[in-house]
Amino acid sequence: MKIRIPKILFVIGSLLSAYPSFAQDDLTALLGDVKEKPSPVSATFKTTRIVNGHSIEGVAKGVMDIKISHRFGRLNQGAVDLFGLDNAYIRIGADYGLTDNITLGMGRSNVDKEYDAYAKVKLLTQKDHGGSPIAISYVAAMSLKAFRTPVGESFILADRICYTHQVLFAKKVNKALSLQLTPTLVHYNLVDFSSYANNLIAMGFGARMKVSNRATVNAEYYYVLNKWDNAQTPYTNNFSLGMDIETGGHVFQFMLTNTQAMTERNFIGQTTGQWGKGDIHLGFNLGRVFTIKQPKGFEGSRNSTY
Amino acid sequence: MKKIILIAVVCCLQHFVHAQKFMTRSGQVSFFSSTAVENIEAINNEVACVFDATSGELVFIVPIKSFKFDRALMQEHFNENYLESDQYPKADFKGKIDNAAAINYSKEGTTPVKAFGTMTMHGVSQAITVPGTLTVKNGSVTFKAVFKVKNKDYKIIIPSVAAKKVAEVVEITVNSLLAPLKK
Repeated sequence: MKIRIPKILFVIGSLLSAYPSFAQDDLTALLGDVKEKPSPVSATFKTTRIVNGHSIEGVAKGVMDIKISHRFGRLNQGAVDLFGLDNAYIRIGADYGLTDNITLGMGRSNVDKEYDAYAKVKLLTQKDHGGSPIAISYVAAMSLKAFRTPVGESFILADRICYTHQVLFAKKVNKALSLQLTPTLVHYNLVDFSSYANNLIAMGFGARMKVSNRATVNAEYYYVLNKWDNAQTPYTNNFSLGMDIETGGHVFQFMLTNTQAMTERNFIGQTTGQWGKGDIHLGFNLGRVFTIKQPKGFEGSRNSTY
Repeated sequence: MKKIILIAVVCCLQHFVHAQKFMTRSGQVSFFSSTAVENIEAINNEVACVFDATSGELVFIVPIKSFKFDRALMQEHFNENYLESDQYPKADFKGKIDNAAAINYSKEGTTPVKAFGTMTMHGVSQAITVPGTLTVKNGSVTFKAVFKVKNKDYKIIIPSVAAKKVAEVVEITVNSLLAPLKK
């Protein structure tokens, strides 16, 4: 016997089978399983220096950061010297990003006619979502005092050279707070007295706290383990308080510090200022970035550089 | 017998057509800011997008950190100062295409469409309507749209020092190819 099935049942059946099997929320759920990849943490510090010393930051590939730095005289020089503003140490420098991981820099300071150069290499980048919790960089720097040899004295080339090695450990703890630990070795080819060590070992501490999206407050301290012993003008550890203000391509760094020099050999090993006595120097670093080499992959974009 | 075959075919066809979804994780969204001083364009090629051709539902998820700028510092400031991507890592659009059902997804061609829904960016949600086109080609679907977004609407503050360089209204361009989703 033939079983007759009403046509309408077929229609209903076919409609049912075509009923969308996914609800609305499932659409987002389809994308929801996107796993967060570890991505590099950026802007641990605003620029390549915390105050006097190096920060973990380099310069991006093909970018040059020109830095004009001044450290004025001591505030306790009084009104006659306009609280030190009459006597400035000046360093003019440039940092260049050879690659995203290697920054080369050089500069010249007016005092001691000192030329300095450094290389900063990123060894480890801090990443979020399960990546490395800290960043590590290495800085090798040297400086050359090019002052004219005083009459009756002799300084061969080697006598004028100092070397600095630093390993930078940094962590951006959160959006606002970044910390850095900087074990440092400074080597002096020539020291003033035979009792002075040629190698100074120091530990640097740096911190920055964001006070707004464009301003940070910084602190930096270099503790020298084997300070030179000089009874007349005792060497001190360098402590600085600073403020960074960033306005797009510029970074202004203002600071109060107990050293007037801007090269490692000087501010780490040869600081004599004492905060308690008012030997405080007002200063600034003014940084401006220029794109020297255009990055690839933006040809034909509407950026004004093309 | 004939009837049964016919119904089976209809069932299969309907199933095939109705359950059709398209997806990508490498869609492109770019933004363009233009002022007298400077033009800035950034491109993001890691946009996730899914489209349900039956219901017309459309979802875009845009990872903010994936916007690439030609100037590294701009990218840093975009993430740090403007979009605050640590706090708001993604922007998204969840909405519908109004005439999705009227489109024949087995026939190649371009149809003007309107997407309406909610865009969330920088922690702020706004209802938006975006006109664009839907192109069917080789079984895939491409969405293209250009629309304007006011920074203020999403609480993205441009400080006065940058006001000459960053436009108040930026242009967003969507160009995303979605492949059919296999079940």
